[in-house]
Amino acid sequence: MEYHLTTPIPPEELKKIKIGDVVYITGTVVTARDEAHLKALELHKAGKQPPVDFKGIGLFHCGPVMKKNEQGEWTVVAAGPTTSARMEIFQDEFIKTFQPGIIIGKGGMGARTTKACQEETCIYGYFTGGAALLAADRIKQVIDVFWYEELGMPESLWVYEVDEFGPLTVTIDSHGGNLTDESKKNIEANKEKILQEL
Amino acid sequence: MMDIAQVVEDTAAKLLKISATKLPSEVKEALIQDEKDTEGSLGKSQLKAINENVNLAETFTKPMCQDTGLVSFFVKIGDKFPIKSEVKTALIKATKNATEKVPLRPNAVDMFEGNTKNNVGLRGYVPWFYFDLVEGDKCEIIAMPKGGGSSNVGKMKMVPPGKGIKGVKEFVVEAVAAAGPLACPPYTVGVGVGGGEDMCMNLAKKALLRPLYQYHEDENIASIEKELKDILNKLEIGAMGLGEGTSVFDVHMEFAARHPASLPVGVVISCWALRHAGATIDKEGNVEWHPQ
Repeated sequence: MEYHLTTPIPPEELKKIKIGDVVYITGTVVTARDEAHLKALELHKAGKQPPVDFKGIGLFHCGPVMKKNEQGEWTVVAAGPTTSARMEIFQDEFIKTFQPGIIIGKGGMGARTTKACQEETCIYGYFTGGAALLAADRIKQVIDVFWYEELGMPESLWVYEVDEFGPLTVTIDSHGGNLTDESKKNIEANKEKILQEL
Repeated sequence: MMDIAQVVEDTAAKLLKISATKLPSEVKEALIQDEKDTEGSLGKSQLKAINENVNLAETFTKPMCQDTGLVSFFVKIGDKFPIKSEVKTALIKATKNATEKVPLRPNAVDMFEGNTKNNVGLRGYVPWFYFDLVEGDKCEIIAMPKGGGSSNVGKMKMVPPGKGIKGVKEFVVEAVAAAGPLACPPYTVGVGVGGGEDMCMNLAKKALLRPLYQYHEDENIASIEKELKDILNKLEIGAMGLGEGTSVFDVHMEFAARHPASLPVGVVISCWALRHAGATIDKEGNVEWHPQ
């Protein structure tokens, strides 16, 4: 199935989506990698709020190449997904704390994220790894940037307005399904067979 | 008189641009063929997106991936080439220039001072150089940026020598299986065997520069490369790890002599974007660009 979603995405829309479905997002997507996840969670623990409300929007595991144009405005040069597995250590806490609608990345995520997606009604969409120009093409405007001086270009929170951002293959749904896990189990079984036959 | 250092700098900056924006032709063809051959819709759609993206990068000379990598240069300097240590200075300048002009993503992070914003490390070492001294009056430069996602799945093991070549194969299978969907497959795999714990990794990375489907001139090694390629595809990792399409385009191996007590094996994995570009400069400053 194919879905076209607008942020903030209502939970009842997210619940319809199953692993293997393809979704496109219109609205707000914010980039966050390792450092930004940590910083947002630390702020929350200190009783403060990060500068962006993540509720129902797209959280994009991405460290883009950005450039200022002649008017001094930021423009996107390249913005594909980074490997999501690095965020597994705190993604569940992030989902519980900030309740994003969809996590966008590549390479898939693990059991902790899958559980949090089920409990908080969130999904994980897989953007083709490295397809940075296809992604940049769907980003219509750079709304804002936070933490740039402190964290540098790849780790900043870039706030994007996107139009039909995708295709995103859903590999974690809000019902406990995890497509990459299935693929990994298959790879593991094949590996054991190969090693026995060597 | 021609300023040779300036020629080296300009050439290297252009090589960084070419490598970020245009794939070597055989890699590009392999991806197109894989899209044609892949039947499952999950895998086919991933490859279609990759190929569209590669075309956009080439058409608009923009980086094909936002991770423009940590920069390394493979350099061969001829005895009679007019400059030597200045080559290194020129390559560092080229890296800074290319970062601003291509642009490349600033990927050099100092552990204490943060991102240097120009892809050059504060403490030396980055960009990393592989220098070789050769006969003649030319200087060959190959730029190779490598993304973090695929570097994160690189592995080294000191295999017990008693396990022999079977131990080498086992470790390669384990390393590629562990990479699974993490590092943007279809992969190309470089394997370095022997030397020491450092040299095997260097050899593995260097092996990635050999064109796809060009096997080692030593038949013993070529047959292991082909065997491993077949075996690794039975893992069924597929495009982006979704189980459909080619898992590994090719396996390239380099062997060095080893210590009797050691069998070091290095595995360096490239994502689909196996990026490198080269040129040769003669002593008059004429540049011959290697076919891309």
